[in-house]
Amino acid sequence: MTTFIIILIILAIIILDQTISHLKKKHTMIKNGTWIKKCDKGLKNHLKYFINKVRHLTWVKVKKFLLGRKFTDGFFFKLMIYTLLVSISYVYIYPLLYMISTSLKSPQDIINPMVSWVPTSLYVDNYVKAFKVLKFFPTLGKSLLITLIPAIIETIVSSIIGYGFAKFNFKYKTFWFILVILTFLVPSAVYMIPKYVMFYKMKILNNPLAIILPAFFGQGLNSAIFILIFYQFFRMIPTSIDEAAEIDGAGPYKRFFSIGIPLASPAFITSFLFSLVWYWNETSNLSLFVGEKASILSLQIRLANFEAEYNTIYATTESIALNEGIYLAATLLIILPMLLVYFSLQRFFVEGIERTGITGE
Amino acid sequence: MKMKNTTRKSIIGYSFIAIWIIGFLLFTLYPMITSIIYSLNYVQVTGTGIRLTFNGLKNYGTIFSTYGANYLSALKSFAEGVLLRVLIITVFSLIIALLLNQNVRFRGLFRTIFFLPVIISSGPVLKQLTSQGASGTSMMSSLTFVAAMAASSNHFLSEIIAPLFSEIIIVFWFSGVQILLFLSSLQKMNKEIYEAAYIDGAGPWEAFWKITLPSLHSMIFISAIYSLVLLSTLGENGENDVVREIRANMNSINTGYGVASAMAWSYFLVLTAFLGIIALLFLPRNKGGKK
Repeated sequence: MTTFIIILIILAIIILDQTISHLKKKHTMIKNGTWIKKCDKGLKNHLKYFINKVRHLTWVKVKKFLLGRKFTDGFFFKLMIYTLLVSISYVYIYPLLYMISTSLKSPQDIINPMVSWVPTSLYVDNYVKAFKVLKFFPTLGKSLLITLIPAIIETIVSSIIGYGFAKFNFKYKTFWFILVILTFLVPSAVYMIPKYVMFYKMKILNNPLAIILPAFFGQGLNSAIFILIFYQFFRMIPTSIDEAAEIDGAGPYKRFFSIGIPLASPAFITSFLFSLVWYWNETSNLSLFVGEKASILSLQIRLANFEAEYNTIYATTESIALNEGIYLAATLLIILPMLLVYFSLQRFFVEGIERTGITGE
Repeated sequence: MKMKNTTRKSIIGYSFIAIWIIGFLLFTLYPMITSIIYSLNYVQVTGTGIRLTFNGLKNYGTIFSTYGANYLSALKSFAEGVLLRVLIITVFSLIIALLLNQNVRFRGLFRTIFFLPVIISSGPVLKQLTSQGASGTSMMSSLTFVAAMAASSNHFLSEIIAPLFSEIIIVFWFSGVQILLFLSSLQKMNKEIYEAAYIDGAGPWEAFWKITLPSLHSMIFISAIYSLVLLSTLGENGENDVVREIRANMNSINTGYGVASAMAWSYFLVLTAFLGIIALLFLPRNKGGKK
């Protein structure tokens, strides 16, 4: 409940800020109005006139202030928008705040109903335990590696395929292109089992290659989306540039490397970042195909097995029961790397979708 | 000479997409066909490899026996909720995008916040957040009208709508990409159309229904499809319940690969049916030749 009051305060500040600037502008306009000068002649008449005018003006002013010139710039509308935006944002930020707050609470604080958001003291022991159980730093390196390699490969391969679809006309092109989109729609559950058997036969089960190899052949995680992004992007490059290069003697591969790739750098960045995040968050393929090795290679899998790991480490010592503080400290540690990536490179994420033209036409 | 040129171009084109075709045959088509074969066979895993014994549609029958009870109930609850969720996600992300498209301060900040779920929502993380009560679900279920609905005797209200409210925050968490898609297509819209409409006496309400919504039609379809695909793999507790059941049956002694494949295919059929429904509901139709 207290949090809602805080939100209302934030809201009030935003709206005050808006309205003050609004009112100031209006005030100066009234000050400079011609009706003040008229007050010199025939005071009685003009007092009446003045009162009427003010009454009228305030009504118009209030109406205009509340509803705006075309409603969408009025106060009511702004109030509605900011209320919705702030309260919905709260739903989104709540888990993060809750994680930060709870992970810094001592076991006593967690049980204590009097302590809601601010812990009585900063308790770092949850993090110490989480670091230890997750084997954070050794696993982080491997985890990044098993995320980065497929992401880089997937981006490069998707760019090649996307270029092929965008720049060349060949037989049955539409057929293949529809197939690319259809692969996105088929649930992975359908080919999960045969893939498992296939990787077993290829002797790459329990090996990161089981993740990397499909990415290399354009069948990685959400590859269809990346192919589509590159397709849209390469199509936006004017054909006259290609024609000019062709006349100058550049072959198709030369054109791809020296015109396509440099011009498509925004698409590369966006695709790479999305691929990175999706591979980082992907666990079901990893746990199936990389099996027991996955818990060495991936922080996410370690989080999934957190309880068992915790019990093996702390079972013998005088046990401090696993509580939500430790769980959430571990969860926060898992999402931290991608949060850092996001906050440092967020303009590429957000603007990327806009610039790559996936929403075009 | 011209014929030759086109074949040459074809070869060049295919050289670019060859890697995808190989991958498609190897990692998508071949597994899919094998999966159909598995689903029609009794599959035994032996030391030397896989032994198949043809048994027709028996595996599909097993789904309806006691062994498939968990799977069926997971599939049922998925099917009951999914369409409503897709609708909620689509409408919700459209509303957020419309809000952000207004002239608001801190637009960048809000956009950052609404995209946050895409960055952090993985299976294990979602599972932890839900089980540790950090997802904000408790915030919703404590609302009185939600509690009243859960207690009502109406099946539709108590079994479908009320749980939805308690999961609604998770649904919010699935709409990051869709918000961005809507927002960017809103920002690409031509402002002059609106000005013309306002001069002709249209209000913001008419403008929304007559201009904004029709031009977003194809984007609504895309984001509904995206939501369906997302929901088919990711659930409240990390993994989608149906997929988890299929995986559990894969290594079960009673069922094995054959039945699990049959389950996967029946799941695929259910998803395809929903895809069809979404296409019927949202697919942009060309009216009288104009797009």
